[in-house]
Amino acid sequence: MTPAQQTLLTDRAVVDPPLTEGSPPIRRRPRRAARPPGTGFFRLREDIPDRLRRPLVVASILVPLLLWEVLTATHAVKPLFLPSPASVVRAFWDLASSGLLWSDAQATLTRIGISFALVVLVSVPLGLAMGTFPSLRAVFEPMISFFRYMPAPAFIPLLIVWLGFGESAKITLLFIGTVFFNTVMSADVAAQVPKELINASYTLGARRLAVVRKVIVPHSIPGLINAMRVNIAATTNLVVVAELIAAQEGLGYRITRAQRFLQTDQIFAVLIVIGIIGITIDVGFRLLRNRLAPWAR
Amino acid sequence: MGQVSATAKLRTVGLTKDFATRSGPLRVLDRIDLTVGQGEFVCMVGSSGCGKSTLLAIAAGLEQATEGEVLLDGEPVTGPGAHCGLVFQSFSLYPWRTVADNVAFGLEIAGLDKAARRKRVADYLEVMELSAFADALPGQLSGGMKQRTAIARALATEPEVLLLDEPFGALDAQTRGSMQELILQVWRHLGTTILMVTHDVEEAVLLSNRIYVLSPRPGRVAAELDVHLPDPRHRSLLREPGFQSLCHQVDDLLGETMQAEPAGTP
Repeated sequence: MTPAQQTLLTDRAVVDPPLTEGSPPIRRRPRRAARPPGTGFFRLREDIPDRLRRPLVVASILVPLLLWEVLTATHAVKPLFLPSPASVVRAFWDLASSGLLWSDAQATLTRIGISFALVVLVSVPLGLAMGTFPSLRAVFEPMISFFRYMPAPAFIPLLIVWLGFGESAKITLLFIGTVFFNTVMSADVAAQVPKELINASYTLGARRLAVVRKVIVPHSIPGLINAMRVNIAATTNLVVVAELIAAQEGLGYRITRAQRFLQTDQIFAVLIVIGIIGITIDVGFRLLRNRLAPWAR
Repeated sequence: MGQVSATAKLRTVGLTKDFATRSGPLRVLDRIDLTVGQGEFVCMVGSSGCGKSTLLAIAAGLEQATEGEVLLDGEPVTGPGAHCGLVFQSFSLYPWRTVADNVAFGLEIAGLDKAARRKRVADYLEVMELSAFADALPGQLSGGMKQRTAIARALATEPEVLLLDEPFGALDAQTRGSMQELILQVWRHLGTTILMVTHDVEEAVLLSNRIYVLSPRPGRVAAELDVHLPDPRHRSLLREPGFQSLCHQVDDLLGETMQAEPAGTP
């Protein structure tokens, strides 16, 4: 720096006081304490290495199991409230070997399958239509939002009056408990297709029908499957309630029956089975999405 | 301009656009008259908020003008179609279609059979230097390659006019430079009529035969100037004094439109 520049700088400093003069200084942490934000356990939205992730996943399963074992082995909790893991395994084995578990699971899965197939059949076309045509959204949305907040189990007395005690009442209950949510979520998925993508299609010569068929539907597929993943969980939850309606078999029915005889170990066994069924369904939907829309991964 | 209007491809006549807002209509375009001759490359420059994108959307038939009209070969444009290709800054590719299938989209709509489609897609991929990426999905491409795909897709249906809405705005400086070279090359070889919106003055001067300077809020044509630079254009022109003085001229015109903006009006 030449002396002339030096003077110039000094002069400027005299003429222009710093902009922040008079305001309190920013307190900084000492530099030593700073670490790169991407290291350690609490990484914020960074991938963690497998050697950290795998033990975390294993621990997330083992630690609760261990805690469960300790609680029951030390008799800290009464077996009636919390049966030991061993007794749950035994109850599972009894149910499985008697064949009850399979017939129950089959009955429950059939109910979930039929009702959710109906849900998809109604909600996906309706949701796509609502998300695509604001006029149809205006027609259907008020009623759907209205029904969406009604608790499905509250319909049980009505369903019994209307449909009796058979399968149709159970399947209808599962249907009304899920269809409105899946419709609204499907509509949102369709409405998220970027306007520019639709406009680009028009300038490539597409008319409305082609835009729906070739742009809105394929763009929506991963979102639609994600909505199904979320909402079939609701169906699975509701199935226990549905099987309160004079059921003869089913996992929900098995729980209600076990409760009557205070067989908490059996309740636990069935709950775990329901959980595993849920995870399997979820993984199935994820595989389906990756297969149908590998671009969205 | 006499000889240009004689072969005018695209014309806007008294084009005015109002947007409805809470506090009444807001004028975004005010009596825009512009002409793009057959095979001409015309740029519109203007600061953000001068309604450039709206103007292109109206020219493409995607939006309706409040007043005035758009004429393509003297016929009013009433709606969007393959006659008018449009390329956006954000690429707008179909993420589930490969590069080749993106380019094929308009050809499928036009009802070309598979063999004809494949031939034509291959041709335009070659023009846009994308042949090696025909089977890639857009998600695997760089920004420049995405935009080349979008341009190839728009060109494949052989539109009468190609509208480019800040097509290189999202690209880094190096990629932008090579895209400018590429679009010049395409324009020379295919003779497409191009109307392009940009806020990059150098880009406008380098690419176009003529520049419209738009003033902001509401958008008006503030100036129109011919760009007399030697053809074929090349980025080496950027270093010529003549090029620089044209850029300064456009810069000054743009600066004037900013000052002319009455303070305090919406």
